[in-house]
Amino acid sequence: MSVQTVAGHSAEKIIHPAWVRICHWINAVAILIMIGSGWQIYNASPLFDFTFPREIALGGWLGGAIRWHFAAMWLLVVNGLVYVTLGVVTGRFRRKLLPIYPRDVLSDTKAALTFKLAHDDISKYNAVQKLLYAGVILCAVIVVLSGIAIWKPVQFQELTTLFGGYDFARYVHFFAMAAIVGFLVIHIALALLVPKSLRAMVTGN
Amino acid sequence: MKKPKIIPGVDQRLLVKDAIKVMPDPTRRLFLRGGASVGALMLLTGCDLSDSETAENILSKISEFNDGAQAAIFSRTKLAPVYPESAITKPFPFNAYYSEEDAPAVDGATWKLEVAGLVENKKPWTLDELNALPQVSQITRHICVEGWSAIGSWQGVQLSEFLKRIGADTRAKYVWFKCAEGYTNTIDMPTAMHPQTQMTLKFANKTLPQAYGFPMKVRMPTKLGYKNPKYVVAMEVTNTDKGGYWENQGYNWFGGS
Repeated sequence: MSVQTVAGHSAEKIIHPAWVRICHWINAVAILIMIGSGWQIYNASPLFDFTFPREIALGGWLGGAIRWHFAAMWLLVVNGLVYVTLGVVTGRFRRKLLPIYPRDVLSDTKAALTFKLAHDDISKYNAVQKLLYAGVILCAVIVVLSGIAIWKPVQFQELTTLFGGYDFARYVHFFAMAAIVGFLVIHIALALLVPKSLRAMVTGN
Repeated sequence: MKKPKIIPGVDQRLLVKDAIKVMPDPTRRLFLRGGASVGALMLLTGCDLSDSETAENILSKISEFNDGAQAAIFSRTKLAPVYPESAITKPFPFNAYYSEEDAPAVDGATWKLEVAGLVENKKPWTLDELNALPQVSQITRHICVEGWSAIGSWQGVQLSEFLKRIGADTRAKYVWFKCAEGYTNTIDMPTAMHPQTQMTLKFANKTLPQAYGFPMKVRMPTKLGYKNPKYVVAMEVTNTDKGGYWENQGYNWFGGS
């Protein structure tokens, strides 16, 4: 009986186990709050010759944005730690994201741009997906660490030094955000182009 | 720099648009004729939208939680990085919620620092008396909540040394500062006792310029700029949190860096 259940279960082919889906959607909420409030904070003292339109920035004013930013950071970090720990412990990261060969990345990029990339089995990532997913996890680690370096440049001054000092760490934090936003644009566009991938992240199969 | 009274993350125009829909006709006509703003909406409903909102309350609670987290992270002995003279930012920026012309002009000859609260000796201090106390110096980074930073050179009396001299009860929770223009600020006792927390009387070894807080500012390189009061006229050692100018408007209370 129990064997049958297990067999029947695997026949449905769970692409994303429940922990992946829960972490994914919590992360989606957290990262959107962090980016929106981060843009509002950026506007108080811009690093470049532009500011973010108020309509897409969160918090209304600097104090409000900081409250959002330092509230959602707990959600982002706690959820991120759970996700990365489970990803490593269950072997999912190794299975799904490794190895990444440059040659495959090149050929798959070419295939993707000419719309010849197959998506028959969405449980297996192509080389471009592997690179993007591994890359965005790395960016998330950098954005959190550089954020802590800016937040606590006295108490965690060793970390701030690691990021090239307070002023440089602000640029690192900004570009890590920009990379994540770049990823999100591609990620959301492709999820809409291949709707079954979006369904898999909701229902699991 | 006044805090707009809106719910964080809510578009003011959409809010007003939604409110218009539920108004009875005569009210709606009056409201639309009157400019249809959030300000008008608040007058009409008699409620401060930011205070009544659940999101605002939750964010306040988390901000308080972050005060505790920062107090736990704070080290009584860890020093803020110090820099060589060549690193000093020139010119060091003036910064306040008003423009430089409106900065208070305090007469150093008649100025006295009032001391109140849980202290043995409440005698006010003149500038000469403070200048006669042992002086310390630091070249540290001033970090503004807005994100920019500047390196300055400050000289003055260690606050911990001063608190000892006036017989302050350092088991008290807070030190509260009042400034000439009405600015106020409360800090935690561990920060007040930090070796780099300084009653600053000089900038770059010269009498503190008006722009930087003459006759006295309190310099804390372990806290953000808005926790470093200028033009200080009074201090109180207390167990009551009396808040502060920016903290009362929503900036984080601890403001540590």
